[in-house]
Amino acid sequence: MPTVKMTVNGKAVSADVEARTLLVHFLRDTLELTGTHVGCDTAQCGACTVHVNGKAVKSCNALAVQLDGAQVTTIEGLANGDTLHPMQEAFRDNHGLQCGFCTPGMVMSAIDLVQGKSNLSESEIRAGLEGNICRCTGYHNIVKAVKAGADAMQAGKGR
Amino acid sequence: MAADSGTATGIGASPKRKEDFRFLTGRGTYTDDINRPGQTYAYILRSPHAHAEIVKIDTAKAKGMPGVAAIFTGADYDKGGVPCGWQIHSKDGSPMIEPPHFPLCKDRVRHVGDQVALVIANSIAEARDAAEEIDVTYKELPAIVSTGAADKAGAAQVWPDAKNNTCFDWHIGDKAAVDAAFAKAHHVTKLDLINQRLAPNAMEPRAAVGDYDRATGEYTLYTTSQNPHVIRLLMGAFVLQIPEHKLRVVAPDVGGGFGSKIFHYSEEALVTWASEKVRRPVKWTSDRSEAFLSDAQGRDHVSHAELALDKDGKFIALRVNTIANMGAYLSTFAPCVPTYLSATLLAGVYTTPVIYAEVKAVFTNTVAVDAYRGAGRPETTYLLERLVEKAARETGIDRVELRRRNFIPKTAFPYQTPVALQYDSGDYEATLDLALKMGGWADFENRRAEAQKRGKLRGIGISTYIEACGIAPSAVVGSLGARAGLYECGQVRVHPTGSVTVFTGTHSHGQGHETTFAQLVSDTLGVPFESVEVSHGDTNKIPFGMGTYGSRSLAVGGSAIVKAMDKIIAKAKRIAAHLMEASVADIDFKNGEFTVKGTDKKVSFGQVALTAYVPHNYPITELEPGLEETAFYDPLNFTYPGGTHICEVEIDPETGVTQVVNFTAVDDIGRVINPMIVEGQVHGGVVQGIGQALLENCAYDQETGQLLTGSYMDYTMPRADDVPSIKVATHSTMCTHNPLGSKGVGEVGAIGSPPAVINAVLDALRPVGVTDISMPATPHKVWQAIQSAGKAKAAE
Amino acid sequence: MHNFAFHRPASVADAVKAVGSASDGKIIAGGQTLLPTLRQRLASPSDLIDLGAIADLKGIKAEGDGITIGAMTPHAEVASSAIVQGAIPALAHLAAHIGDRQVRARGTIGGSLANNDPAADYPAAALGLGATIRTNKREIKADDYFQGMFSTALEDGEIITAVHFPKPEKAGYEKFVQPASRFALVGVFVAKTKGGVRVAVTGAGQEGVFRPKEVEAALANFSADAAKGAKVPSGNLNSDLHGSAEYRAHLISVLAGRAVAAAK
Repeated sequence: MPTVKMTVNGKAVSADVEARTLLVHFLRDTLELTGTHVGCDTAQCGACTVHVNGKAVKSCNALAVQLDGAQVTTIEGLANGDTLHPMQEAFRDNHGLQCGFCTPGMVMSAIDLVQGKSNLSESEIRAGLEGNICRCTGYHNIVKAVKAGADAMQAGKGR
Repeated sequence: MAADSGTATGIGASPKRKEDFRFLTGRGTYTDDINRPGQTYAYILRSPHAHAEIVKIDTAKAKGMPGVAAIFTGADYDKGGVPCGWQIHSKDGSPMIEPPHFPLCKDRVRHVGDQVALVIANSIAEARDAAEEIDVTYKELPAIVSTGAADKAGAAQVWPDAKNNTCFDWHIGDKAAVDAAFAKAHHVTKLDLINQRLAPNAMEPRAAVGDYDRATGEYTLYTTSQNPHVIRLLMGAFVLQIPEHKLRVVAPDVGGGFGSKIFHYSEEALVTWASEKVRRPVKWTSDRSEAFLSDAQGRDHVSHAELALDKDGKFIALRVNTIANMGAYLSTFAPCVPTYLSATLLAGVYTTPVIYAEVKAVFTNTVAVDAYRGAGRPETTYLLERLVEKAARETGIDRVELRRRNFIPKTAFPYQTPVALQYDSGDYEATLDLALKMGGWADFENRRAEAQKRGKLRGIGISTYIEACGIAPSAVVGSLGARAGLYECGQVRVHPTGSVTVFTGTHSHGQGHETTFAQLVSDTLGVPFESVEVSHGDTNKIPFGMGTYGSRSLAVGGSAIVKAMDKIIAKAKRIAAHLMEASVADIDFKNGEFTVKGTDKKVSFGQVALTAYVPHNYPITELEPGLEETAFYDPLNFTYPGGTHICEVEIDPETGVTQVVNFTAVDDIGRVINPMIVEGQVHGGVVQGIGQALLENCAYDQETGQLLTGSYMDYTMPRADDVPSIKVATHSTMCTHNPLGSKGVGEVGAIGSPPAVINAVLDALRPVGVTDISMPATPHKVWQAIQSAGKAKAAE
Repeated sequence: MHNFAFHRPASVADAVKAVGSASDGKIIAGGQTLLPTLRQRLASPSDLIDLGAIADLKGIKAEGDGITIGAMTPHAEVASSAIVQGAIPALAHLAAHIGDRQVRARGTIGGSLANNDPAADYPAAALGLGATIRTNKREIKADDYFQGMFSTALEDGEIITAVHFPKPEKAGYEKFVQPASRFALVGVFVAKTKGGVRVAVTGAGQEGVFRPKEVEAALANFSADAAKGAKVPSGNLNSDLHGSAEYRAHLISVLAGRAVAAAK
């Protein structure tokens, strides 16, 4: 079995896995980071979104072996102890989540979407969330949360 | 009755949700996150055919594949079938046809996705590899998937006992009175409608882990359920014959339900049963593609409706004929959806004096249909509000005015409808007026004219609705065919130091009970919000429960908690009276303090709690120590939320694309505990309604019975850029028969919205001659409607 | 998915060697279409050869009268590239609307063109702009490259290394998405080039991307109104749940008009 080495949430990890192991299963099953979820099998829903080398990707749509040497951040790696990332905080403040299942992917996508941008319009945020499906919130409060999270990130409250 | 507290965490306030920290940091525990020591993985081999005989299953090669622990087929399965929870009787008094539903098919498959074999292996990949080596010989049979054609001559027969594929042929109302009223009608409006089949699509696919403990003989099932006690009852008593004390069902964090996780599914029984056979835990997790073939779907009604009006536009009679698709098997609550959850709402918000409805349920070679957010009420609301809209167009009476003329006035409550229900409260004029104002109804024509200059067709639509939820009085539903009671259980455990754990039989899978119920308890007992923990979802922790569906959690489950707290306060008063050497009758309790009338004596709730557990100075001969109470609450009636939804759309006539540009929802949901959560529930419901109106559809191939929309590549889920921000307001009249005054908010968004959207689409398309369109009004369909209307006009 | 042997060569030559020695080898670029296919077990290659470690295959540069994009360049980089935005803004616009944000971070131009999905976007740009597809063996004109859905002029062991796009005078791309998958139900690329007007349509054709001659004829003077007036026959167009052939034919002329109007 091939050996995969990567840095996940700042920690070096290494494991032997079947070549067919998707990144999401490597994270969930091998590393026991179950915050990243699987909501579909056609790479549409975005629940599995993580950051690979700083960019949002669908971890159900990449093989672990393709990402040998990569820097991966999952939802578990965002908060600093009990201090939430400003985007996480914004989701809580704006009731941007209900059942919580799409939330990790939504938050990871949102951070990537707003990084380095200021004053995104509502329609830009809506278009930018195209790769993430939520069935609970109707997106209304997610859009509000992303806007607020972006403002907080700009204000330098977070990373 | 409860009232707004005026505090930051009490009733009427919007504290941030307690559950959010774990969800936002990836620490939620969903069923697929649970792994038991020695766990195996199950893969279910499903039928590729809609209807076929199983001639032979050869598992020999598959059993020899790497990692395989066991393979089971229908011949191996030695337990019961999955039962139906509701029995309907036909017009002639005969009971509905209830076909057997075994977790593994014995000799015939009846829909694509039907369960043929269970493969258990050391990994899911190995289980799937082995499943590919199972050789099944099928003899294909003709299939029927069409709702409207299922009872017609020549249709393939799904079950031998169900002649013409008919499960039941039911009716309600006074046919003779309706016929008489139609005979003297000034105008009759007629409409044929399809309420298309939808896939609920909770984002968490279903999963189940069965774990048998040889040492104790106990079974544990972890499952994605909205009602773990109901699963324990159905699976334990009817399917696997495991008594309750040997069966624990845990529904941990659940990623959305919308009805689809109410039902007892055969996969739950399979993993539980198999865990004893293989002596190892067995986990099954659905793929999304598998979910489309195995999760109960929703709606799927074909209806013809006729409304009789007098010369003043008053509705004098309504008659409706509906065919409802049950799918291939009867799911847990399927028979009650088109009947008692649908036809009983046909009065709507109107004074229509006589109503008659016939509902025929049919079997087809499709996935089972059952309750999906709204369950029967969206179907009825869509029918009524499309019909009323059409009547307004035909009679020339303004569509808002026609509704007002027929509203049940707010002075008429309690109001007995001609179809069994008695509404307790409402103020339809008030919600209408507020919605018209918020939705900019008065100056809409300016916006239409402005859009026209840009080449766009703009339209506005309205829906005034009512629904019945907070289900339900046990005796009433029992008389209507329910095989269970629909009360709820609440247990309040006050700990020695005054903190509180609340055990509720309801289940939160997005609704925020951990927050809302904590607000209620914190306010009532005067303990800090942070000191209240709400526990749910585990039959070993919670005394009993009927679960969460039918917008019942607060109205029924919350009321049970109130009743338990009443008992806590009554006992605590006796302890306080003892401590202050006063008479119980003189004790007042407010803001967490017990006082003696007319004195300045007081003890805190915390002191009383401590005394209850350290009973040194205690009325021990009269009162047991401890401070923990359980209550069961059986509601006296359904609750009746209602309101007005207004939708504004803009259509690009070149492409047929409909954009929802404004949406306003004004709902009467009774007492609001947490406005933030309430608004979130409405947002989500409305977007599911917009999804039904414009995007979503389960389409089956009429010949092969294959689901054509079996993944997110073809089933259109609403995404962020498909919908607008939504204006939400509440205007409440209180529910008169539960202690909270709350009516329920989980489903109103999905119930009121679809006809508002379609009425808006038709309003936009009227200038180009389009008068009818079916859901979902996709760009393709809108474009075709415009083309046909243009051709019809040209032919004139 | 079925298991396979995995190879991550550091050079194109090694990649070609790995494909050659596999019994049923398949190249993986960004994998955004291939992995869902493998997950559904619709394909089961014996070996996967990942091009992700070959540095030569990445990058965007101005070259001659146009731009050259390395095969393994992800869509997001094309979309945000100042070179692309400056030379062919329509190409940057197209890349910015492929799939979704996460897909654009991994999906590559070479992967898209090698797969030639009938609803993919890049084939429309390549054909519309008259691009040249460069491989480890040769250069192939776009007009010769696309050979029906999922079918191309690539031979066994031939790997796309880069794509060269000549700079047009003006170009535009309009996509009408299939509402569920967000792939192109119809996508129309229009380009005013030195050699005349070129139009390429994706999503609609039964044989994949194609040049609708009726629209090209109507667009001799590159006028939006003329494009909208073009009558496109529906005979060879797809018809499915999301749109009939007639609807797709109608959309081709509507979108062509809009693409001309938006062309830069």
